[in-house]
Amino acid sequence: MNDLTRPRVIGQRTPRIDGEFKLTGRAGYTGELHAEGMLYGYPVPATIAHGKLEALELDEAQAMPGVVDIFHHGNFDTLHRSPNSMGHGDQVSEVRLPFEDETIHYHGQYVALVVAKTFEQARAAAYRVVARYRQASGAVPSLLGRDDEGLPIESEGSSRGDPEAAFSGAPVKIDRTYHIAAESHLQMEMHATLAEWHDGGRRLVVHESTQGVVYQRNAMARIFDLAQEDLEVISHYIGSGFGNKLFMWPHAVATAVAARRLQRPVKVVLPRQQDMMSGGNRPASRQHIRLGAGRDGRLTSVIHDSITETSLVDRYIDSCGSATPSFYACDNLAVSQRILPVNHGTPCPMRAPGEVSGIFALETAMDELAVELKMDPVELRLRNYAESDPESGLPWSSKQLDKCLQSAAERFGWDKRNPEVGSMRDGDEIIGYGMASCTWFAGRQPCQARVELRADGSLFVGCGTQDIGTGTYTIVAQTAAELTGMPLADIEVKLGESGLPSGPLSGGSMATASTLPAVAAAVRDALDALKEVATGNGGAFEGLSADDLEVGQGGLSHGEHRVSFAEVLKTNKLASVNGQGSTAPGAEQNAYSFRSFGAHFVEVRFDPGISRVRVARVVSSMDIGRAINPPAARNQVEGGIIMGIGMGLFEQLEYDPRDARLINSNVADYILPTHADAPEIDVELLDYPDFEFNEFGARGVGEIGLTGVAPAISNALYHATGKRHRDLPITIEALLASS
Amino acid sequence: MRAFAYSRADSVDHAAHRITHDAAFVAGGTTLLDLIKLDVLKPKNVVDINALPLKRVERLDDGRLRIGALVTNTDLAHHPEVKRHYPLLSQALLAGASTQLRNMATTAGNVMQRTRCPYYRDAAAACNRREPGSGCDARGGLNRLNAVLGGSDACVAVHPSDMCVAMAAIGATLTLSSADGEREVAFGDFHRLPGDTPHIEHDLADGELITAITLEPPLAPAGSYYLKLRDRASYEFALASAAAQLSLDGEMIGEARVALGGVGTKPWRCPDAEAALVGQPAQIATFERAAEIALRDATPLEHNAFKIPLARQSIVRALREATRLARDEGKQEGQV
Repeated sequence: MNDLTRPRVIGQRTPRIDGEFKLTGRAGYTGELHAEGMLYGYPVPATIAHGKLEALELDEAQAMPGVVDIFHHGNFDTLHRSPNSMGHGDQVSEVRLPFEDETIHYHGQYVALVVAKTFEQARAAAYRVVARYRQASGAVPSLLGRDDEGLPIESEGSSRGDPEAAFSGAPVKIDRTYHIAAESHLQMEMHATLAEWHDGGRRLVVHESTQGVVYQRNAMARIFDLAQEDLEVISHYIGSGFGNKLFMWPHAVATAVAARRLQRPVKVVLPRQQDMMSGGNRPASRQHIRLGAGRDGRLTSVIHDSITETSLVDRYIDSCGSATPSFYACDNLAVSQRILPVNHGTPCPMRAPGEVSGIFALETAMDELAVELKMDPVELRLRNYAESDPESGLPWSSKQLDKCLQSAAERFGWDKRNPEVGSMRDGDEIIGYGMASCTWFAGRQPCQARVELRADGSLFVGCGTQDIGTGTYTIVAQTAAELTGMPLADIEVKLGESGLPSGPLSGGSMATASTLPAVAAAVRDALDALKEVATGNGGAFEGLSADDLEVGQGGLSHGEHRVSFAEVLKTNKLASVNGQGSTAPGAEQNAYSFRSFGAHFVEVRFDPGISRVRVARVVSSMDIGRAINPPAARNQVEGGIIMGIGMGLFEQLEYDPRDARLINSNVADYILPTHADAPEIDVELLDYPDFEFNEFGARGVGEIGLTGVAPAISNALYHATGKRHRDLPITIEALLASS
Repeated sequence: MRAFAYSRADSVDHAAHRITHDAAFVAGGTTLLDLIKLDVLKPKNVVDINALPLKRVERLDDGRLRIGALVTNTDLAHHPEVKRHYPLLSQALLAGASTQLRNMATTAGNVMQRTRCPYYRDAAAACNRREPGSGCDARGGLNRLNAVLGGSDACVAVHPSDMCVAMAAIGATLTLSSADGEREVAFGDFHRLPGDTPHIEHDLADGELITAITLEPPLAPAGSYYLKLRDRASYEFALASAAAQLSLDGEMIGEARVALGGVGTKPWRCPDAEAALVGQPAQIATFERAAEIALRDATPLEHNAFKIPLARQSIVRALREATRLARDEGKQEGQV
């Protein structure tokens, strides 16, 4: 039963255990929660991006119906900053506290928080707050269109061999610069906080839509100078968060202060405009790639220099080159990273942060090299296949990229591709075929979990991680069901509370690989406790040794004698037994390199008569280890592909070049793919469990599907039109130039 | 929400009496409520006209089609008379917004919808249309979405409607009612060019209500096509769109109607382009010449020059498709 190499529940299509709650509206998202006596807050965003707040005129707003109070720099509590340490689990998204001073660093920075009896009253009054600014000159609206050098980030660099010499001596060279516009996460559920103080202001409970309850608890404890035990952060249901909910934002601090001062619960749900201005973004990037290769296509040099945006109030590094050193076998390589502070809300990780941008540049450059060499792009990738990790020198735990390339090419019909540009036509449309490889690192975090086996026949699992909509509840239940033989219906999973045993962030595609081993350890610990009871005095199997007992179908057995878990407990008048699990990455980290790989093959159709491009077909193969719940895993890859279409063709935050104000902070003007833009998608999940990584063989799947999509699109467009697109998104303006 | 007085009108007279400069009619509310929430529109009185008997579509004896002001975009797009005789209008309606919005939005509301210029919708930006005399942040700003036809120093905001582009091509008359009675305005005269007074968007006076829009009799036998070009496939305002309608006389073009969307400060009928089509062979070279003429007065801003070739492309393709359909239509007539 404990043999995870031949599982019966793990790896099986499993309906989500929280699906019914979501479909029937009973899943309470933070923005929907209500507390007795609750007030509503609405932030007032700065209307300039660079300058000073000179005065706030509050009289009119203060007199509006329902207004209770207005918080701002002049009356805000004195707090402490968070140490902002990833290692200590108190990282925040923006280290500057709300209303800390009167300097305005970006459009949308909070200048006040209006609290009223209803949401509508708070918003109406927020509009009547008059802020007087002194606008400063020299706002930096974007990295794009500038050639600033920025600040070097040594920690993100990598080098081996002599890449400059190898590049200058290479028979074939590619030397290109790529730009990607800033993007918005646009998760379905906006940032939201409900803060409530108890025990006369000594204990704080915060409901937050977050990817990290433990991190937020830790950070708020530092900021409010509270013992961790006096603070609880709860996030039972999350309407997605593509990285912008990993770490706390200032609205949560402002909300908690308002609740403390007013001695009433206060809820703030950011409006979409503010969510886009001040709730995180993927920073714009400029990347310079130089590839040197022999006539046989073998890379002799890879040089990848990147610069990305950060804000003026924090240092966010979007490490574009982090996959590059491990991507291809090449002895000479240099990767560097710089950042440029601009007048934007602080950027933060966004699905496949850094790597997705870097892979766009690298995989477009590889296509350019293939064209230069007149070589099939798949063949070029196979010629540079890295059989071990060239960065660490370690063997891969499991790498099936060659199988991904082969399988996806076959299902796509790559052999029907005429390599000549513009040679494939259908009516008004030119058909383009393009491909790219993709990758995402496989990481694992320490995790703790707790299990109770109960006399009512149920099993409880608790872990302080969270389900951000990806299906974590279900795979935790699957794990408990696998190891106990209990039906899923008898398993209760509790996640998203900082008071539970400490769990990982839901980020970096690490939740599955981090959480399930700890859950398994806790289940086994509880089963050990149960066996001890069963074989002890008065137990159902008194006199036997624990090793004599088999676990299965929710019971213990010895030969023909089978007793359910519940009966074992009842026999000894017990309500429950308890199990703890605590796991962390171990020695395997020094023995192997761990990465997921995949390949996307894309068909675009370009109608030059009307400058219209549409992605018609995407065929992908993903090597992600084992999928715990295959439909949920496939759904992650499909979602990533749609997001990649947005990145490739549509999405960009537009900041006014005159004053750095964000002008498209709504979902009509910020162009996301719609259903009508979704092509035929064929995703294959290769089933090569990675047992070197963990006993489940799972590497995680949240991010990899997005990587490689945009370059496959741009490469397909080149095949259709002969014009190389090196800037994302590829707009109609750029397409017009190719017709 | 900012407080306003709300009332329901139970007759057209009643509604018209309620309207003063700080009041607004609400029907579907798809523009008004949005802009109230953004603090862009601040009516003191909102008069709900949904109970008025303006929801009929009827064929008049003279062959025209009279559309009640409150007919929803969905109902109009799927109305048998419209699908049969004005497929151009049906196509244009269905190219706009989303199903949910079309279910709410009304015919007159669509005519009255506000621009999507981002600076108009941002209460902190300078916008002569929203706040006369405050300036225009769009002219020197990010003006990818703005107009290349009909703009002025004061305003370059695009009229965002698809429906209106089809109506401009078909030809129509608006019926306006007030306490003084009814008057009729030609569709092409209703929307104003911005000039120095972009805040005066149309010919509707205080105390007037649009009660109906009457379409000209359909061209026959004719082909028509509405082509909307935009970044994504759905739910986006046009970067350029063309409504084309023509009848054929053998291989020659008989009558022709062309209007543009997404590029003009009002729904943009192109009479000179039409004149260049009439009596000419129905072929690409003719369409390209018409497209050149239609855009010959276009003035690009820093970020929207692409709209000029894109609009030309939309005209050429729409005319090509309209011709194809006209030939099909001709064949069918011949068979009967």
